[in-house]
Amino acid sequence: MELTRPPEESSPPPAEIAGVSPNFITTKLDFLVNWARSNSLWPMPFGTACCAIEFMATAAGRFDLARFGMERMSFSPRQADVFICAGRVPFKLAPVLRRIWDQMPQPKWCISMGACASSGGIFDTYSMVQGIDTVVPVDVYVPGCPPRPEGLIYGIMLLQKKIKGETLADSSLRQEYLLDERGLFLPPDKIDEISEPFGNSVHQTRSA
Amino acid sequence: MSTRTVEWTLATPSVGPDGRQIRVPLGLPSPAPDGGDEFAERMLINLGPQHPATHGVLRLVLELEGERVVRCIPHIGYLHSGFEKLGEYRHYNQIIPLTDRTDYLSPMANNVGLALAAEKLMGITITERCSVLRVIACELSRIISHLVWMGTTGIDLGAFTPFLWTFYERERVYNLQEAWTGARLTTSLTRVGGMMADVPSGWNDQLRDFCRSLPKTLDEVDALFTRNAIWCGRTQGIGAIGKEEAINYSLSGPMLRASGVPYDVRKDAPYLGYDTYDFDVPVGEHGDVYDRYRVRLEEMYQSTRILEQALGRLAGLDGAPLNVSDPRVILPPKSRAMSDMEAMIFHFKQVMEGVPAPPGETYLGIENPKGELGTYFVADGTAKPVRWRIRPPSFINLACLPRLCEGALLSDVIAINASVDIVMGEIDR
Amino acid sequence: MTERPDGVLRAWTSCGDEIIDVSPAAARGVLQWLRDTPGQEFNYLVDLTAVDYRDPERPLEVVYNLRSLHRRADLRVKVPLDKSQPLVVDSVVDLWKGADWLEREVYDMFGVTFRGHPDLRRILMWDTYAEGHPLRKDFPLRGHFTRAEQTRQALAANPEAHYSLEELSLAEAYAELPEDVRKRLAAGQRGFVP
Repeated sequence: MELTRPPEESSPPPAEIAGVSPNFITTKLDFLVNWARSNSLWPMPFGTACCAIEFMATAAGRFDLARFGMERMSFSPRQADVFICAGRVPFKLAPVLRRIWDQMPQPKWCISMGACASSGGIFDTYSMVQGIDTVVPVDVYVPGCPPRPEGLIYGIMLLQKKIKGETLADSSLRQEYLLDERGLFLPPDKIDEISEPFGNSVHQTRSA
Repeated sequence: MSTRTVEWTLATPSVGPDGRQIRVPLGLPSPAPDGGDEFAERMLINLGPQHPATHGVLRLVLELEGERVVRCIPHIGYLHSGFEKLGEYRHYNQIIPLTDRTDYLSPMANNVGLALAAEKLMGITITERCSVLRVIACELSRIISHLVWMGTTGIDLGAFTPFLWTFYERERVYNLQEAWTGARLTTSLTRVGGMMADVPSGWNDQLRDFCRSLPKTLDEVDALFTRNAIWCGRTQGIGAIGKEEAINYSLSGPMLRASGVPYDVRKDAPYLGYDTYDFDVPVGEHGDVYDRYRVRLEEMYQSTRILEQALGRLAGLDGAPLNVSDPRVILPPKSRAMSDMEAMIFHFKQVMEGVPAPPGETYLGIENPKGELGTYFVADGTAKPVRWRIRPPSFINLACLPRLCEGALLSDVIAINASVDIVMGEIDR
Repeated sequence: MTERPDGVLRAWTSCGDEIIDVSPAAARGVLQWLRDTPGQEFNYLVDLTAVDYRDPERPLEVVYNLRSLHRRADLRVKVPLDKSQPLVVDSVVDLWKGADWLEREVYDMFGVTFRGHPDLRRILMWDTYAEGHPLRKDFPLRGHFTRAEQTRQALAANPEAHYSLEELSLAEAYAELPEDVRKRLAAGQRGFVP
């Protein structure tokens, strides 16, 4: 399996799926494998702040994650399927996040829970990662500060839907994206672009 | 409910008649008194920052001699978000949503702490209804914070069921918070001079029902833990700290009171009229993990007592004004702001420029569930503070963790860490 | 306060709080006097922090909030440090152990060195953080470097692969542990009841 960087936006999509071309057997196998994967996602709860409390509330009795097959929280990344980053991530925690993501074996998916994990949230400061997608590849973003448990469950169900649409025939889906030779996950101009303050927030307070 | 006393005897007591822990010899030869070479093998292990039992992103570097901890060095800063820097670019009312996210287990208490400090800085006196509602907010926060503590400490020590019970009770408080403020966790309840909104109709009855049912859940957890041999064996005599040392380490809250120091900000430097409420402050004796558990459990019963009294007062304040009537500080009602020129100007000035604070500085500490939460403001006449300092109780309490873990076993480190009741959002800010 | 030792620059109140300004050279002496003198007995250090003012002419102040628990009295001690000189003040860790981490945080956020502190290193930012001292007013909200550079430096820092000198030296220094800790370890005691 080749270890590459995430595909640049300018490159054209692959003309045909790498590997086996789909047929009756592969689609039935896909259905079985995807059904199994999506209904037994073991989360790796990388809980840092307030969203972690809402995650715990989602796992507790009222909003039960057990009905999704997710009650077995695997705190060891080696045994986890989905990495749920719940909470804000400062730069000091970024290498830890990256290492835990790297330690997870394929197939793995990533849910960025909350505004801070998705974009830095209200913390546009010197110490905060402006969205974990500058550090790891994210599959589902769940907005909210913190997202309601129903919102997180909706995000998990979206991930399940995404997984059900995958196919074993496409090997590019399970590609591992490591840090490049600069030590970055995305090119620097891309990081700067997605980290820029946006919208009205910059002007409302007339701050720096 | 008045004070409760529990008399109990265990079949196998772990504390002897002289008050010292009874040690069962492990059958291993004790090391040579000068240290010797056979114990020169020491392991340096890393606990965290991602770990299920560290209550957040805390990294503990433990130096182990076999199973025993020689030294424990905590590393923090894995959740440092720049709150204090951010506060220098926000108006006082805009800082209130930031306080939800420092101690996210008891957000309403943080909101109250900041608003009280800002009001002290600006010289504003709040209305009585606002005081009573803020007392209710603080005590509900105390309850939910201690419920989280009990649930997660239970999990750390191997008991999963109370976690589900305590989180169910928290959901009931979340219902109350959501009905009042619109948010379950990030409440942003207070404003300088008042509150964001008054309680909706029927809320008082919901709270009364909660006050009636919470003690039953607490009784069940009490039955599971207090006389449980496993619980006592894992918590008694562990992580103890004496009175003088606790004061020297600047501990506060249940950590300080479990060591025998009867200091509670609500009693010793009262705010929000706490000196007019009838409640007791539990004070421990040995300063170990077990005493901290008993102190926090009893605090929840006492909080229920305060809530019932506050509800009684609230009933008598129906229709009383909630916010101060100063239009320079509190936004005028929207209908007036849209129709009356003067109200529109007040609205404009507050939203665009903020409420300026006179030059000066102030510190105000309140009794947060974790300890004394202090807010230190330095103002220069503008609407944004020159300095906003949060005096974080968990930060200062955690600093004595190396002292508490001296000589403890590795599994005791988990129990001691749990008993400090930390929240990393507050520690790292 | 009826009697003031030397070093006090002025005494004032703000919003009902009592404050004294003390010169840096006299700071430790004043703080020790406040803790030890009968009648003062400020045995509890509530908070230790610093303030950097928006006006660049004003000195940076280290602020000590003291409390006497049984007298129920509060006092704030502010020590102004001239920004054109190195920012140094004496450490009070041996007076109040709670000052340990608080002084480390002031060092991390403001760059104030505390003479006599046993282990003065950064506490909130990682040890090799190169951008400066964040809470100074000349430090912009988003930091000096670009986001990409901050991300790159953060991913390269890998803090938990590094142990501090304190930790490494402890691993070889059993003989230098305090006597009572060694005795307790040798006796197999798990924690102790005071």
